[in-house]
Amino acid sequence: MADSYYDPADLRKFGNITEWSEELGTKFFDYYGKVFEEGALSAREKSLIALAVAHVVKCPYCIDAYTKDGLQKGITKEEMMEAVHAGAAIESGATLVHGVQMMNKYNKLSM
Amino acid sequence: MATKSLKARHNALVTDNKQLEILEGGIFENGELPYFKDKIAQIGQFPLRPKTLEILQINVGYMCNQVCEHCHVDAGPDRKEIMTRETMEQCLEVIRNTGAHTLDLTGGAPEMNPNFRWFVEEASRAGVKDFIVRSNLTIIRANKKYYNLPEFFKKYNIHVVSSMPHYTRGKTDKQRGEGVFDKSIKALQELNAVGYGMPDSSLRLDLVYNPSGAFLPGDQSALERDFKKALMEDFEIQFHNLFAITNLPIARFLDYLMASGNYEDYMYSLVEAYNPSAVENVMCTNTISVSWDGWLYDCDFNQMLGLKVASKIKHIKDYNEEVLTDRNIIVSQHCFGCTAGAGSSCQGSVT
Repeated sequence: MADSYYDPADLRKFGNITEWSEELGTKFFDYYGKVFEEGALSAREKSLIALAVAHVVKCPYCIDAYTKDGLQKGITKEEMMEAVHAGAAIESGATLVHGVQMMNKYNKLSM
Repeated sequence: MATKSLKARHNALVTDNKQLEILEGGIFENGELPYFKDKIAQIGQFPLRPKTLEILQINVGYMCNQVCEHCHVDAGPDRKEIMTRETMEQCLEVIRNTGAHTLDLTGGAPEMNPNFRWFVEEASRAGVKDFIVRSNLTIIRANKKYYNLPEFFKKYNIHVVSSMPHYTRGKTDKQRGEGVFDKSIKALQELNAVGYGMPDSSLRLDLVYNPSGAFLPGDQSALERDFKKALMEDFEIQFHNLFAITNLPIARFLDYLMASGNYEDYMYSLVEAYNPSAVENVMCTNTISVSWDGWLYDCDFNQMLGLKVASKIKHIKDYNEEVLTDRNIIVSQHCFGCTAGAGSSCQGSVT
């Protein structure tokens, strides 16, 4: 066992989850692979979405994986950082929009 | 960025040929990753055997005006290995009689060989179907004596294949050196101006994309689309095809991988991306590589590792296509670079 929760080398072992539940693991990886194929969205656009989401869900494995994937797809660092900001803006917006709830409650309770 | 070759820096990787030790040892020796020969044995391809010879690739010297960080040749201005006219004459004899349809000149910067133009003139008379010169583009702007290269290439109907790591300045200059992007753009515009790369032109201009770092190239056609769009919009540059080529862990790219702590991850990436269907078309099965001093190799990569062909014919002066074709191709773990993803060769992906 590693002495920390996240070990970069574990990313390579992701596929091993199938060993303890073959059907579900296989279904997941088939689905995953299909999602990132070229479709109505290009594989390049999907890679940027994945990078933004990786930051929002704060998954270090996903950040490593989709930074590398972006490089492979010729995505520039400026595009990558804008994608991260798009994710961050939604995340902070999600927090701030609750401010309306706070305001509603405040107004209701106040004379 | 380094301005000298590894050789000039007396780097042990190249001076003592430590490269094969690295490629055979470590994560492969301890069983973490499989050996290439075992992978291809699973599909009945070991030993790997040549098919009909199609491409004769001649390296006319390791001298180059650039010192690119990823260069597997370890080329640079300080490299003195240059093909002599005598060896060129031996090559011409072979070119006149070969069954290969493609002649592919590479280097270094092939144009820096003092006999380059003479050699091109002579070789073009041999009537090969496709005559490629791998030009790094900046050479065209490096010195007045090279300014008329686009016209020269046109005169002999040369198929120009040029390196262009990215359509942005920052990424290009980081890999290939300060100012390389602007010079490359200018050179491409000059090639376009004489007719190279135009949609209906028979003057072929293809670009080579190498990843600028420890990652694999993405889908070749998607990259080609991005390159075409960006180069057209920003600089009105046109070209025919983009070849996405995987960097192999040899010479300066290997040195970079090790120094940056990326070697093991990169080898994992190559092995994970192993594609059995790429094995059938790897370029060593239809190519012979000739070094500046006339020795014969399965490919340019084996040339840089010092792995001469496993045949009793080892030198261009003794060339015999039939005997050469009856040989086993020498493989090691760098070969995973040519079978990763869609496969990789000097002509781009192979599947």
